[in-house]
Amino acid sequence: MIFGYAGNFLEVDLSTRNVKEKRFHDEVLRDYIGGRGLATKILWDRLGSRWETVDSLGPENILLFLTGPLTGFFPGGRICVSGKSPQSNGVVGSTVAGEFGVELKCAGYDGIIITGESEKPVYLFIKNSDVEVKDASHVWGKDAKQTVRLLTKECRELLKKRFPHYGEWREPSILYIGPAGENRVRTAIVGAKWTHAAGYGGYGAVMGSKKLKAIAVKGTGPLPEVTDMDKVKQLTQTVCKDVYESELWRRWGTGSAGYAVGADTSSEPIRNWQEEWHDEKSFGVDKFENRVWIKPYWGDFGCPTTCLKIAMVKTGKFKGAITDNPDYELQAYLGTNLGIFTPEENVFLSSLIDDLGMCGIQTGNLLGFVAELFQRGILTKEDLDGIEPKWGDAEAFAALARKISLREGIGILLAEGTYRAALKIGEMKNVDLLQYAVQCKGIGLGAHGLRSGKDFLINISYACSVQGGDHTSGAFLPLNDFRSELVMTFNDSAVYCYFNIFGIPRKLKFKFYKAVTGLELTQEEWVGTKALRILQLQRAMLLLGGTDLRWDLRIHDENPLRFYDPLPSGPYKGKAVYKPRFARDKKRYYESVGWDENGIPKSENLRKLGLEDVDAALEKVR
Amino acid sequence: MNNGIFKSKHIYTEFHKFSGRAKLEREKEPIWIARDLSKCSGCRKCEIACSFYHENRIWPEASRIRVFMLVPGLEFPHFCAQCQDYPCVEACPVRALSTESKTSAVLVDEEKCTGCAQCIDACPGRVPHMHPTEDRILICDLCGGDPQCVKVCQEGGWDVLKIVPRKNYAYELYARTPEEVTRDLAVKMYGELGEGFL
Repeated sequence: MIFGYAGNFLEVDLSTRNVKEKRFHDEVLRDYIGGRGLATKILWDRLGSRWETVDSLGPENILLFLTGPLTGFFPGGRICVSGKSPQSNGVVGSTVAGEFGVELKCAGYDGIIITGESEKPVYLFIKNSDVEVKDASHVWGKDAKQTVRLLTKECRELLKKRFPHYGEWREPSILYIGPAGENRVRTAIVGAKWTHAAGYGGYGAVMGSKKLKAIAVKGTGPLPEVTDMDKVKQLTQTVCKDVYESELWRRWGTGSAGYAVGADTSSEPIRNWQEEWHDEKSFGVDKFENRVWIKPYWGDFGCPTTCLKIAMVKTGKFKGAITDNPDYELQAYLGTNLGIFTPEENVFLSSLIDDLGMCGIQTGNLLGFVAELFQRGILTKEDLDGIEPKWGDAEAFAALARKISLREGIGILLAEGTYRAALKIGEMKNVDLLQYAVQCKGIGLGAHGLRSGKDFLINISYACSVQGGDHTSGAFLPLNDFRSELVMTFNDSAVYCYFNIFGIPRKLKFKFYKAVTGLELTQEEWVGTKALRILQLQRAMLLLGGTDLRWDLRIHDENPLRFYDPLPSGPYKGKAVYKPRFARDKKRYYESVGWDENGIPKSENLRKLGLEDVDAALEKVR
Repeated sequence: MNNGIFKSKHIYTEFHKFSGRAKLEREKEPIWIARDLSKCSGCRKCEIACSFYHENRIWPEASRIRVFMLVPGLEFPHFCAQCQDYPCVEACPVRALSTESKTSAVLVDEEKCTGCAQCIDACPGRVPHMHPTEDRILICDLCGGDPQCVKVCQEGGWDVLKIVPRKNYAYELYARTPEEVTRDLAVKMYGELGEGFL
């Protein structure tokens, strides 16, 4: 057994309510580590041969909650959620911060594998090796805050009843879905702690399709044994010391970017990406800090940065709205992208999106898309059930969001997410709407534009990523660039928060990995073989796609068309993604990762990585 | 001559005298961990440090200081307040609990403790809790006078925990149940809305 792992995985079949323990060979853990890597491996092994026939929202999909060996040890605890994505029809490793991963490991499990689907709403309650599938009908339909409140109370009372002499029981860590997940909205999240979300991928909808409202876990054991505890302590200290020197990073988090990414780098989505520049000082970080942040440092297990803040609106019609920060992505997508430039309206919408259990990025992308169609007269007040989504009208956007979360009226169409809604509305209206859909492979883009060339992503980052519009997993050249998805896959497979590694030497995370697991790993080996293997598997499943959509990579390895329109304003006015250069870089990227000219992994490269079965399966699409 | 250099030197000397005295006092006098609960970020570094020190593992449930989060945003560390009258010590039927004169901490005699939980009921804040795998109670021992939780909290600048000399204050006020603390913090943080969150 490798150090750093609890050793067992929990497998729960919700159709039969059968619970069993599952182990993976050391070899598998060595190659795929955990989190995103292991998720990819599990999904391929179990569903790969019939991937295109697996309905992401059907009982045959597998929902995974996986930690990694560094979870709980490396500062900044997270958990990776995965499965067949109802957004991309491929695999997304979607991570969410919180104590869930730590509690799970302390309960003796490295991960949870959910199969089948329940007839009635249920939640899982895990206390060490006691695993119960419990009725959740009383929390079905409840929003995030209510769900957390009711389940925290219920689980603590259960623990108290069963172990009356233990003392005060702490809350279990809970992952949950809101109404949007229950209604299989493709932009639904798996949430934690009211405001945290595993957003990309749409796994809230998968959880909802299985009628799994929540998972609550309380582990009372220690984290697993490690190889060298002194080294772990020493490296933790190095990471923390580095972070402590970044005063403003800790104080502002990404919350300073709602102004800066617009004003400085001109790469912020504004009114559905019609612009990417603004200098609205009303949206400055000081406004958030001084008007709405009621807790200046908020963080998750072991985190030195605590870049989150709790925000609450204190006056006006949105009084009482509570959310975190909002961070940059939500400042952008539930702010500037909707023509909103005040902290209060931004906090209000973020809070609502949290409560409904929707992804702030995906939903903000979708709402911006709808508002542009309204601006252009393609969708009318009548089409939108009487709602008029004018830029800056937070209440109108809130009304739309509620309809989407409940799949009500126009919400039925919009609950399919930007890309699918564009296809369906386009068909209805007999007009091509994809030019307004700023997404990649079914996944709404992160809030980092490419046109100014000043943000951290490059022209091929979204188009060639195996996770589409996910801004935390972009394609880069060279492949070992610190922003490259091959490099990033390590963070999501060892499962910790990469916001804590910005200032430290690149080698440190591998040293940390060795101190925990005892295994040697270098960046070269990771990028050149292990991460590449994960990438090829993800690419293969993305290619196989289904059931509702399949990607033709000759068409869909492409930027949103909007990025080829010149920026209309700001210091980088006139700049756009240059098509010939994009084509050239895409070709270079394909060659670097071993894909043919159509973007399909080449046989010889797959065989070199020991992926003969992938090679055989891809014959279907060659 | 009363110039600037002389002045600053004078202050420097005074400062040294003062801090030297404070240090001396700290060595001979017991300490207390002052706590500003609403500042807690919920990072749980105190739990990590505590379990490292006592168990050489990361073991949140075996930590003598535990962060409760009954409501998100209202995280706070729950640990012994070293009440003036030590009701837990009084309540122990097997005399497993005692106070250490040097630090004022409550010490648990692991051999004697039977895990009967009477100290939990005696504590106004229900602070002690059972070791997760052994039949014995866990209570903050102030790490023999050098509390590890305070170190990490100070290092990170959260300043929730701070060492002060123990004087004659009503420390038992800080022995409150997690529910009660949460209710209070809820009102402070979220106002009227907060009352509905627990």
